[in-house]
Amino acid sequence: MSSEGAPRTAEAGPVIPPLPPGYTYATVSDKISSIVLGQRRRPGWFAGFAFSFLLVLLLFGAISYLLAKGVGIWGINIPVAWGFAITNFVWWIGIGHAGTLISAILLLLHQRWRTSINRFAEAMTIFAVSCAAMFPLLHMGRPWLFYWLFPYYPNYMKVWPQFRSPLVWDVFAVSTYFIVSLLFWYVGMIPDLATLRDRARSKAKQIIYGMMAMGWRGSAIHWSRYEMTSLLLAGLATPLVVSVHTVVSFDFTIAIVPGWHSTIFPPYFVAGAIYSGFAMVLTLAIPLRKFYHLEEFITLRHLDNCAKVMLGTGLIVAYGYVMETFMAFYSGEIFDKYMIMNRMFGPYWSVYAIVILCNVLLPQSLWSRRVRRNIPALFALSLIINLGMWTERFMIVVVSLSRDFTPSAWGFFIPTRWDWAVLVGSIGLFVAMFYLFIRYLPAISIFEMRHELAKEKEGE
Amino acid sequence: MPQIFHPSTNTISRVSIYGCVVIVAFLSFALYEIGQSPYYTEQNIPQPQPVPFSHRHHAAELGIDCRYCHDTVETSAFAGMPSTQTCMTCHSQIWTNSPMLQPVRDSYETGRSISWTRVNALPEFAYFNHSIHVAKGIGCTTCHGRVGTMTLTWRATTMQMSWCLGCHRQPEKYVRPREQVFNVNYAPPPDQLALGRKLVREYKIQRLTSCDTCHR
Repeated sequence: MSSEGAPRTAEAGPVIPPLPPGYTYATVSDKISSIVLGQRRRPGWFAGFAFSFLLVLLLFGAISYLLAKGVGIWGINIPVAWGFAITNFVWWIGIGHAGTLISAILLLLHQRWRTSINRFAEAMTIFAVSCAAMFPLLHMGRPWLFYWLFPYYPNYMKVWPQFRSPLVWDVFAVSTYFIVSLLFWYVGMIPDLATLRDRARSKAKQIIYGMMAMGWRGSAIHWSRYEMTSLLLAGLATPLVVSVHTVVSFDFTIAIVPGWHSTIFPPYFVAGAIYSGFAMVLTLAIPLRKFYHLEEFITLRHLDNCAKVMLGTGLIVAYGYVMETFMAFYSGEIFDKYMIMNRMFGPYWSVYAIVILCNVLLPQSLWSRRVRRNIPALFALSLIINLGMWTERFMIVVVSLSRDFTPSAWGFFIPTRWDWAVLVGSIGLFVAMFYLFIRYLPAISIFEMRHELAKEKEGE
Repeated sequence: MPQIFHPSTNTISRVSIYGCVVIVAFLSFALYEIGQSPYYTEQNIPQPQPVPFSHRHHAAELGIDCRYCHDTVETSAFAGMPSTQTCMTCHSQIWTNSPMLQPVRDSYETGRSISWTRVNALPEFAYFNHSIHVAKGIGCTTCHGRVGTMTLTWRATTMQMSWCLGCHRQPEKYVRPREQVFNVNYAPPPDQLALGRKLVREYKIQRLTSCDTCHR
């Protein structure tokens, strides 16, 4: 009744850096499950979690005040009615995309290097989507009526949501994304939860992990069903990598505001999402491997691969910037031309400068193999790209809205302290959830690492 | 390794999974029913008033026109509540010593209005105008029910948005000839749909169902 057997996958692919000699099935399981089950005190974990939890409390405070006073506590007004809330929404939902790409597309493409990073990347997706989903609800003004977004029936109003509005498509895109990602993450964890159940010493842990493992015994029929389920879920999740951020970009492109109304948005948003997502994967992976001594599992090769994906998607994003500028002048539209000039030289010129510096210029250093394998440089770059991508969304949302067609209707958006509190608080929530995740769930897939070990021993 | 779970856990887990589905379904059904019940909507519940005014007596038995008291119904959004002076046009002559009418006489002497309990109310975010409905052939009793049968007045409908839209989507089911609007005993003819379609054309009634018709 043990779940220690190797799964029956038959996949071929490029060889990943082998685990150092001396690792056996048992020691792989020991090493990863000891993070969860180990008795060692970890003051660093506690300090980090406590700090991020303080930020969560700040978020709760800011939300309570928002519910009491209304969205007027933010800096939004006409014409800039979509301020930080929508910027944060697009940023967070974009970050989630890397997790889905790693877990679904790289699985279907038999990219075996994904094995050691997919679990925490999927967790990152869940937490990022949770943070993202919070913002449109808070921005609604009356969040307790959020169920009006869904076509629920029967209702007392006898009206459907406006299906021609991309904001309704968004509801379906994001909720589908969340449900599929959550299922994928959970199903992928069941064999590991069984390992934890079998290795747990205390009765409480045995019962909790046992319930979460749903009676997994590692029999051949379990594995065969598991393989089928995870392939099906990967198939379901694959189109979501492209579709979710496409629909998010429709929130903008369907409107006629200069700076929003552009056909390049869907691919440019998807590339931007994967770009910022991989930056966040690195932001999380680099401290994780250092503090939990997982350098043998998450190797330099993994970081190097993530950096290459960032470089590629970053170039697509840069192409998007170039094309926006080119099309504004090529079209000859005075409003589009003005929009670009206003972005570059208007009152928000510094936002544009940060975007170009962080998303286009500095990441070019990733062409160099030395930078891709230099951990402090890579960590710094991942933070810079996160900042750059947040600023890009701010530029699209706020700068476009602040000056559209009629000069007499122009305005200026200045974030209030409550705007910042909700943004910082959402980062705190994300980090706090991640702290809980690495402490209570296996951050690296144990059974898939055992499987890699089995492949190595067979000499593949 | 000893067993962590007793074999009965299998049954418990299955029951709890299906139980969750049943509970969620039951809760949504219960919430829906409560939201439509008179407990929440005040439909069909007679409201106590400072003076037990009977619409049945005044409107049906005596035949006083609705507009005698609700005198702004044809010209403004609000149908109008009668002033104490309106009551006293008759009650300065008849039932002058009735103890039931003491609050009316007090109000007449002090000049302080009678504070009636409101029976029909729409929320402030819904724009509503009586005069246009009356002018297009919607009778009083279509929305307010058979007030000629009400001793104490009650709300005759849920006044939820689905009820508004029921008529806005199919006005031909409810419209009546203009001269019948204030008839409290009006009963729709058997060929209501045919008559309704004719009146909808004749009165140029539009199907106003866009959000900003009411939520301005």
